[in-house]
Amino acid sequence: MNAVASELNGDRSTTTPVLEVSNLVKEFPIRSLQGVRVIRGLVQAVSNISFSIDGGTTLGLVGESGSGKSTVARCVLQLLVPTSGSVKYNGIELVGMSRKTIQPLRQEMQMVFQDPYASLDPRLTVGNAIAEPLQVHKVPGKHSDRVAELLELVGLAPDHAKRFPHEFSGGQRQRVGVARALALEPKLIVLDEPVSALDVSIQAGVMNLLQDLQARLGLSYLFIAHDLSVVRHISDTVAVMYLGKMMEIGPSELIYNGPMHPYTQALLSAAPEPDPMIERQRKRIVLTGDVPSPVNPPSGCRFRTRCPKAQDVCADEEPLLIDHGGGHRVACYFPEAVSIHAPTLARS
Amino acid sequence: MTDDQPVLEIRDLRVTFPTESGPVQAVRGVDVTVGPGEMLGVVGESGSGKSVTFLAAMGLLPKTAQIEGSVKVHGHELIGMNNNEMRKQRGKRISMIFQDPLSALNPTHRIGHQISEMVRSHTDLTKPQAWDRAIELLELVGIPQPRTRVSQYPHEFSGGMRQRVMIAIAIANDPDVLIADEPTTALDVTVQAQILDVIQNIQHNFRASVVFITHDLGVVARIADRVQVMYAGRTVERGDVESIFRNPTHPYTRGLLASLPALGRERLTPIPGAPPNMLRPPSGCAFRPRCPYAEEICAGEIPVLRPLLGLETACVRAEELLVVAGPT
Repeated sequence: MNAVASELNGDRSTTTPVLEVSNLVKEFPIRSLQGVRVIRGLVQAVSNISFSIDGGTTLGLVGESGSGKSTVARCVLQLLVPTSGSVKYNGIELVGMSRKTIQPLRQEMQMVFQDPYASLDPRLTVGNAIAEPLQVHKVPGKHSDRVAELLELVGLAPDHAKRFPHEFSGGQRQRVGVARALALEPKLIVLDEPVSALDVSIQAGVMNLLQDLQARLGLSYLFIAHDLSVVRHISDTVAVMYLGKMMEIGPSELIYNGPMHPYTQALLSAAPEPDPMIERQRKRIVLTGDVPSPVNPPSGCRFRTRCPKAQDVCADEEPLLIDHGGGHRVACYFPEAVSIHAPTLARS
Repeated sequence: MTDDQPVLEIRDLRVTFPTESGPVQAVRGVDVTVGPGEMLGVVGESGSGKSVTFLAAMGLLPKTAQIEGSVKVHGHELIGMNNNEMRKQRGKRISMIFQDPLSALNPTHRIGHQISEMVRSHTDLTKPQAWDRAIELLELVGIPQPRTRVSQYPHEFSGGMRQRVMIAIAIANDPDVLIADEPTTALDVTVQAQILDVIQNIQHNFRASVVFITHDLGVVARIADRVQVMYAGRTVERGDVESIFRNPTHPYTRGLLASLPALGRERLTPIPGAPPNMLRPPSGCAFRPRCPYAEEICAGEIPVLRPLLGLETACVRAEELLVVAGPT
């Protein structure tokens, strides 16, 4: 693997970010019940999202259901065609590229899915599943050797290649999913809730594996999850989305130690800590109501209908993402860093 | 809290499912005690038997399941009751809310109908009276504009609101025990926080006894008074929530806590291996094949719960481990 690692590390990523997303918009048509050709309206699932990921780092994307985080992932990989905006991989614009020209680039961008039970074909042996991308991209060389190498890389045994997915546990299947994503030596991996279907004792092993692979192969991750402690653990940068908008983005430690957006604060304060002492002492910001419909989002700041700080100005005009130092950008008229987590948490 | 008579008392519960490959021993001798107004958190991973234990108590397992042992609510034995008798107990003595509220609600009936049906099955209230009671219950679980919402259908409610409706149905007849099986797992964290508040309010305001089943240790830390940790169909450790999190004595509990991401933890410590196949559980302690401290003695008899440092532990080496493994 050393040859691979050095090849990956000595690339052009020192100055250009591996992934650069600017002003990404994705709209979905709402079709009428009378006929699929009649479009009743548009849902803006992703609304003007920008971020970038440097080589060898992880961006954690958090948000609740309907926030648009999975749509961002699919737009990044061009599995969905963005309505507007730009997605640059190593400086190369992907939006508008033809299928043919994008094909070789797909090798460098791979995805790991949430459900390791649904994402593997039950009729393919694990070895064939891992070799499939090698065949699709007509990679020269003996594929069985590469499969064995990949299985070892993710902590499985080479002779597992002959087995079928049902013979594996959830954690092992997710390792197979990772091995398959690594087959083409990608530089960027999009992980959509990769550990949320796993039990905690198993989840830890997969998290460690992802960190090891990143250190060893210089991978960049776009890591999507709803579990805030998992995201904190793995991410260098954290981005918080709500109803298709970016609310707050910045270095992980700044976001977790001093979240400035009321939504981020509410999210962090709603996530229970595995410590009864902290839980008993915590002041909690409990949001009222539910996420509004994305079909008809609130004017101005989309969070204002549930925001404890909302004023008239929030309804009038949308707040811009403003840098508050150190790359910590917040889209709120009343930003204020608040400590949500008690400092006594560490007890490892 | 232990001076009071227990509200729910499960003794040596065993549940076996016959399958083509042989009997699967899902629950292998579990005891549960819940006092009045107490919230018991039941923790375990998939396949630990935590849900099956309480589905058995509710009489909701398929007929093929072989159930042994005793489940008593206020001294009334529930195991061995026929369907008719059990139906009278459900909702009145023991009531349950599930993970997925959408599949638990009937899409073709108004919410008010579904709640008042439950009310009327256990009382002599007239239809209009039961409808009023439904409105009262919706208000109790924090649904805004209950008078309008009562005549709406499930699809008009969001996930969090549906779960509130389920809670309203579950508490409609003031049950002695409320069992909540992963009620917030399918919800977003801000909505989860709201539902946890609702359940806690019911516990405090009505002095309800609640069993809260979850795999999320954060939720347990937040909501439970006592905790029972299950593994491979048995209880491995139980005690008050603070002691379980501060000074766990069982290697499995320790392993679970160590595998969580926490501030200042660079590297997570997974539990090696996978839970056992319950067709052929290992001899002795079922956690033995994954336990870093397992020795020959662990393969002997199945360890039973015994008191240690204010907790009850099922690890035969627990005392030694306090020295060997050190504090968590």
